[in-house]
Amino acid sequence: MSSNKFINLLVPIISLLLGLIAGAIIMVGFGYNAVEGFKALWNGAFGDIYFIGETVRQITPYIFSGLAVAFAFRTGLFNIGVEGQVIVGWLAAVWVGVAFDLPMIVHLPLAIAAAAIAGAIWGFIPGLLKAKLRVHEVIVTIMLNYTALYIANHLVRNVITDKGDRTESISSSASLKSQWLMEFTQYSTMHMGIILALIAAVFMWFYLEKTTKGFELRAVGFNQHASKYAGMNVEKNIILAMVISGAFGGLAGAMEGLGTFGYMSVQSGFTNIGFDGIAVALLGGNTALGVVLAAGLFGSLKVGALNMPVAGVPTELVDIIVALIIFFVASGYIIRWFLSRMKRRENK
Amino acid sequence: MEYVIEMLNIRKEFPGIVANDNITLQVKEGEIHALLGENGAGKSTLMNVLFGLYQPEKGEIRVRGKKVKITDPNVANDLGIGMVHQHFMLVDTLTVTENIILGSEPKKYRLSIDMKKAEEDVRKISEQYGLKVDPAAKISDISVGMQQRVEILKTLYRGADILIFDEPTAVLTPQEIQELIEIMHNLVREGKSIILITHKLKEIMEVADRCTVIRRGRGIKTLNIAETNPNELASLMVGREVSFKTEKEPAKPQDTILSIKDLVVKDARKVDMVRGLNLDVKAGEIVGIAGVDGNGQTELIEAIAGLRPVESGTILLNGKDITDLPPRKVTEAGVGHIPQDRQKFGLVLDYPIGENMVLQTYYKQPFSKRGVLNFKNIYDKAKSLIKEYDVRTPSEFTRARSLSGGNQQKAIIGREVDRSPDLLIAAQPTRGLDVGAIEFIHTKLIEERDKGRAVLLLSFELDEIMNVSDRIAVMYEGQIVAIVKPEDTTEEELGLLMAGSKKQKVGES
Repeated sequence: MSSNKFINLLVPIISLLLGLIAGAIIMVGFGYNAVEGFKALWNGAFGDIYFIGETVRQITPYIFSGLAVAFAFRTGLFNIGVEGQVIVGWLAAVWVGVAFDLPMIVHLPLAIAAAAIAGAIWGFIPGLLKAKLRVHEVIVTIMLNYTALYIANHLVRNVITDKGDRTESISSSASLKSQWLMEFTQYSTMHMGIILALIAAVFMWFYLEKTTKGFELRAVGFNQHASKYAGMNVEKNIILAMVISGAFGGLAGAMEGLGTFGYMSVQSGFTNIGFDGIAVALLGGNTALGVVLAAGLFGSLKVGALNMPVAGVPTELVDIIVALIIFFVASGYIIRWFLSRMKRRENK
Repeated sequence: MEYVIEMLNIRKEFPGIVANDNITLQVKEGEIHALLGENGAGKSTLMNVLFGLYQPEKGEIRVRGKKVKITDPNVANDLGIGMVHQHFMLVDTLTVTENIILGSEPKKYRLSIDMKKAEEDVRKISEQYGLKVDPAAKISDISVGMQQRVEILKTLYRGADILIFDEPTAVLTPQEIQELIEIMHNLVREGKSIILITHKLKEIMEVADRCTVIRRGRGIKTLNIAETNPNELASLMVGREVSFKTEKEPAKPQDTILSIKDLVVKDARKVDMVRGLNLDVKAGEIVGIAGVDGNGQTELIEAIAGLRPVESGTILLNGKDITDLPPRKVTEAGVGHIPQDRQKFGLVLDYPIGENMVLQTYYKQPFSKRGVLNFKNIYDKAKSLIKEYDVRTPSEFTRARSLSGGNQQKAIIGREVDRSPDLLIAAQPTRGLDVGAIEFIHTKLIEERDKGRAVLLLSFELDEIMNVSDRIAVMYEGQIVAIVKPEDTTEEELGLLMAGSKKQKVGES
């Protein structure tokens, strides 16, 4: 048992090291200084309080989108539609933020709730189709991503604005930005959303592991036949799982809409927050704590990489290095296999 | 050397348990050697050591007198050891021939597979050993018995002359079992040696020459089948006297608990499987449903349990209509259900065994309060059930998946019986279990009866039906065609009734 736990901890660390080594080889191979490159990456993510603020800001939506994918996964569903849920959540939050003038104590929760509800609706559709008609959720969610993107663009351009490229900025009563935080982090774009994200992670852990509803959701994910036999309502649980997953996705959008940007612009393509959420969730082993840690890694790499050109490493190469690190971390299975092989050797 | 395989003083440990403790197994050339033991006694571990899947901590293996080290299954293959797995390792979408040659394909010009030669080889081997197969058929299109022959052919094709059969009859029909026994005799006649892993005494008596009994990881005894009897084998295996005839008082039936009227149920293909069935089960009696598989038994049970919609007719429990109620309502009305397929329906295999113990009651106090689970109460309950029902598991936190079939079944029975339901449905409760576990389960069913519960037993084993039931309802083509008392009938008569022949003297109903 304890050796298992040890391996669970060892694998991601080895993966990360291998990724860094692979990145170093690439840099050296192209004639750049790997040490300087990684130093720039580190400084870009954690070099001073400003960079830390930026990193935390990037981690926030990743936690939400990772939780969205992980929650669905734990209940036996593959939610590829987090991207679409992010977009509708972003739009709903900004719309409420722009349209009303209310005291903050009402306005901000209302805007956040709007994002969660919009995402939940976007998750409800594939959940309903899966439960009632056995339509595979992967197909429906992929299509709903595009639907969300183009509907949101249409609404921003033609309904919320008059042929504009972006909405107005939300009123400050709906904003997650905090003067104190901005000053503390030397005017980074960090906002209060990280607190919500951590609360959401605790919520997911508690809901799945400690409540009767979570017991049902996980049981349905593992074995629908036994769940039905045990008297659980399989269809209702599938829909509920997608609704909650979608709400997490919508909240990831709210982080962008109410925190980072404060408006929504016409999107030329996907935000990738939802798609990265898939990697975050898998990397985090689909557990709440794992998602927070994986989101931390993703966010740090993403922000830190922006600083690597300082060390002369071109941005294209930075993308390759980041991708390699993620590749190695995600291929933990290979390392696990290798470790178990070594262990068997020892036994001989 | 007359022994073709010798496993001497083998010891294999896993974290926390010794699976094999100083076991010795010696197999003579050309014999069928049975390896007998309860579920979880260490039979499969020993065979996996022989097949190179595990490395023993101690002991040595000799093949044809020569000391060998079997480091992986390829080494075992080279030594002529072949394994016919309990769960077939076949590719559904490939043909019989393709499956057999997979991994050692005959090549043409070192590039393409020589299918003609392959098919010819397969045909030749199958004729030599009397293993009838259609080399061109797809695996998904052939019966389970046929698939097993393909598994046997696979080992023969690779030149095996020592064959290990791991619980080969568990998935077969009685007809197929007879054919398999014939095949095994053919193989031995052609000079092969066979190790047969099983816990079915009947088969051992019928087919084996010698038998090694192991119990809780220890080798107990090796004996000649001609000089022993099933009773001796059973007590060696379990470690105490086992009675095959279940002792019970005559039933004292009371009020009617379950009353089924004109029930019609369709299967997934929308064919009527239960066709206007009538049946009453009273408190304090065990009604056994006898019948050939596929005569609507499964559909009947699922309809009562709320797992399958009812077309027409009514199901009353204690006079209350439970027709077409969802499973939870049926459970709450007082029905316990030991499902036919314990892994598919009975357990969430990836949940700890402890949490499986509250699969229907988790939402009630004391297991949860206001929607929050109370794990302490859940695991306390599980612990006491595990103890009471002798579920052998490292702990209550172990995943249900890693328990042996018999212990999984004991856990389900504990859970269902503990709710003290008015009606207990037991569908094939002893399928695949060893005699010790069967005896235990039969005793539990009779105990429940004596507590005044109604028990509905579905089984395809006539022994079990005759042994345990107070009344036998024979099911044929979706109807109960006769109700007889076990003391007034014979297996032959039951067999005829199950095959659809009308009974002369109509029994009481």
